[in-house]
Amino acid sequence: MKLSLGKWLLPVYSGLALLFLMIPIGYTFVYSFNDSLKSNITWRGFTFDKWLNVCNVQNGAVCQAFGNSLFIGAVATVIATTLGTMIAIAIVRYRFKFRSQTSLLLFLPMATPEVVLGAGLAAQFLSLGVPKDMLTIILAHTMFCISFVVVTVKARVASLDPALEEAGRDLYGSAWQVFARITFPLLLPGILAAALLSFALSFDDFIITNFNSGAVTTFPKYIYISAARGIPAEANVLASAVFILALVVVVTVQVSGAAKARRLVKLS
Amino acid sequence: MTVGAFADRGADLELVGIEKRFPGFTAIENLNLTIPAGSFFALLGPSGCGKTTTLRLVAGLEEPTSGRILIGGADVTNQKSFQRPVNTVFQSYALFPHMTVLENVAFGLRRRKIGDPVAKAHEALLLVELDHLAHRKPQQLSGGQQQRVALARAIVNRPALLLLDEPLGALDLKLRRQMQLELKTIQEEVGLTFLHVTHDQEEAMTMADTVAVMNKGRIEQMGEPQQLYELPKTAFVANFLGQSNLFTGPVVSTTSTAIAVEVSGQKIVVPLGRAHRVSGEVTIGVRPEKLTLHAQAPIHDAGRNVVGPGRVIDVSFSGVSTQYLVAVPGVGTLVVFAQNMAFGPAAHVGAQVWLSWNVDHGFGLDDDPADAPRFEADLDTKTIARQRRSSLITELEGA
Repeated sequence: MKLSLGKWLLPVYSGLALLFLMIPIGYTFVYSFNDSLKSNITWRGFTFDKWLNVCNVQNGAVCQAFGNSLFIGAVATVIATTLGTMIAIAIVRYRFKFRSQTSLLLFLPMATPEVVLGAGLAAQFLSLGVPKDMLTIILAHTMFCISFVVVTVKARVASLDPALEEAGRDLYGSAWQVFARITFPLLLPGILAAALLSFALSFDDFIITNFNSGAVTTFPKYIYISAARGIPAEANVLASAVFILALVVVVTVQVSGAAKARRLVKLS
Repeated sequence: MTVGAFADRGADLELVGIEKRFPGFTAIENLNLTIPAGSFFALLGPSGCGKTTTLRLVAGLEEPTSGRILIGGADVTNQKSFQRPVNTVFQSYALFPHMTVLENVAFGLRRRKIGDPVAKAHEALLLVELDHLAHRKPQQLSGGQQQRVALARAIVNRPALLLLDEPLGALDLKLRRQMQLELKTIQEEVGLTFLHVTHDQEEAMTMADTVAVMNKGRIEQMGEPQQLYELPKTAFVANFLGQSNLFTGPVVSTTSTAIAVEVSGQKIVVPLGRAHRVSGEVTIGVRPEKLTLHAQAPIHDAGRNVVGPGRVIDVSFSGVSTQYLVAVPGVGTLVVFAQNMAFGPAAHVGAQVWLSWNVDHGFGLDDDPADAPRFEADLDTKTIARQRRSSLITELEGA
C-alpha cells in the first residue's frame, strides 16, 4: 500500500499546486472577455470588445499607465544592465580598494524592505528638491535593478576562464576587440538574463514606485488605484497579453534550443 | 618586426636580468637566457619553479619586475601582448567556445587584417589533419583534437616565437606520443623558434634540442638533453632528470686524470673531466642503469668502482628492466636498473650483492654539500611587508 501511496501522492500534490498557481491567471484571462460595465467582478457575458478597444476607456488611462511602465522598465533596464555588467566584471576580475564594501553595498537594496527603500528615497528626493516624476521613478528602479544585474552577471564572469581573454590578447586582439569578440559574447546569456530580470522587476514594482512617482501613473499603480472602485476589464486584457507574450517567447526559445541541440547531435 | 606581417623565420629570444616578484614570493630571480632562432627549447622544472611565469612574461601576459625581453633583437618589454610577434598554445587550450574551429583558427589573422584568413585557416587545419571538422564547435572535439586546434590557431599566425605551456599535459600516453611527433614535424617544416614549458622530463628530452632545468626561479643547468642526463651539475638536476645514486665524501687523492673520493671507507674514482669540484667535501653520483650487480665480490679492476657488500631490499619488475634497491651499510640505499636479458631476477630480496660501475660513468656535482637551500621561501610577513613597501615606493616615484 505504501508503494501505491508514493505513486499517486506526488502527481496529485503537483497537480494541485499547479492548479492553485494557475487559477488567478486563468481568472484574469477569462474576465478579460467579460462584457463588464464599470467593475469587472460579476460575469455579464462574452465579448471581444475589451481586447479591440483596450485604449478607449477613461481617455486611455490604462494604456497610458501601461506605456509608462514599458518606458520606465526599458530605460531602467538599459542603464542598470550596462552599469551592472561593468561593476560585475570589475568586482570579479580586479582587486581594488573598497571592493568588498562595494559588494556589500550592492547587496543592501536586495535585503532592505521595499517600504523602507521607497520612503527613504522619497525623503532624499524631497530634501534635494527633486520633483517627483518619470525621472525619479527611473532613478529608483535603476538603483535596485543594478543589484540584481550584478549578482546575475557576476556568476557568469566568475565561470569565464581568464585564459580565454588572454588567448584573445595573445592572438593580436586589442583590449576593445577582446571585449567585443570574446568577453561580451560569452557573457551575453548572463547579461540577457539580467536584463529580463531587471525589466520584470521594474515593470512589476509598486511599493517603491508609489513613493517616488508623484503624478505619474504606472501600470501596477493604476491597478492599485482602480482596485478601490473596480478594475476595468482593459487591465485584464493588458495583463493577459503580457502573460501570453512571455509564454510565446519562452516556448519559442525552448523549441529552437531543442532543435539546435538535435542538429548538434546529428553533426557529431 | 611588426605584428602586421608574417615572420619569415623564427627569431632569437633574449631574456636579460629578468626578475619577477609577486607579493610574498619570488617567482624568477635574475634570469638570463638566450634562445637561438629556429631551436626547440624546453624549460623543464617542477611546478612552482617559475617556468610558466617565464612563458607568460615572454607572451606579455605578465610584466617583469625588472629586466628586459628581446625578440629578434627588438626590445618588447613594454609592448602589450597583442603587439608581440609571439603566439601561445595554452595549457587549457583556451579555445573560444562560441566560435567554430575555423573561426578560432582565423581569429589572429582577422585581428591583424591579413588577407584571405579563411583559406589560411583551412591550410593550418590541414596541417594538423582537422580540416574536416572546421565547422564544429570546440566542445564537440576530443581533447587531442582540441589540442591540435590550439596548435593550428597559434602557428597559422607564423609567429617568430611559439610558446607551448604544457600543452600535452591533459593527453593520454598514446596521443601524447603522436602530438610530440607532430610538434616536432611542424617545427621542422615551419622553422619557428619553439619555447616549450613542461614538468615532464621525458617530453623535454625527446623533443627539445636544448633543455634548461629550472628550480626556484633560476636555471640550474642548460644544455643538450644527453649532456644534461650524463653529466648533471647539481643534485637537483641529477634527481629531476631521471634517478641518481649520490654519495658525499672528502677528496682523498687527485691524479692528473681523476679524483678519488672516500665514502665510508670505500674509494670511488671519478674522472677529472667529469667532476665539477676537485677538492674538499664533494658529492658524486652515478645513474642506476650504469650499475652492475655481482653475487660475489668482483676481482679488483682499476677501471671499475666497487661498492659493497650490500643487501637487496626490494625488487620490482617493470617489463624491460628490473629495479633493485640495495642497502649498503654506511653508504645508503642505491637504485639499480638491470635490463632483463634473461628470465627471472638476477638477485632476490635479502641476497648479498656487490655493485660496480665503469669509472668513466660517474659524475661529480657542483653543489657544495654544506650549502643550505639557496633561498628561503619568503612567505613570512616581514618579507611581504618589505616587498609591498618597495613596490609602493617605486609607484610613488613613478607618479
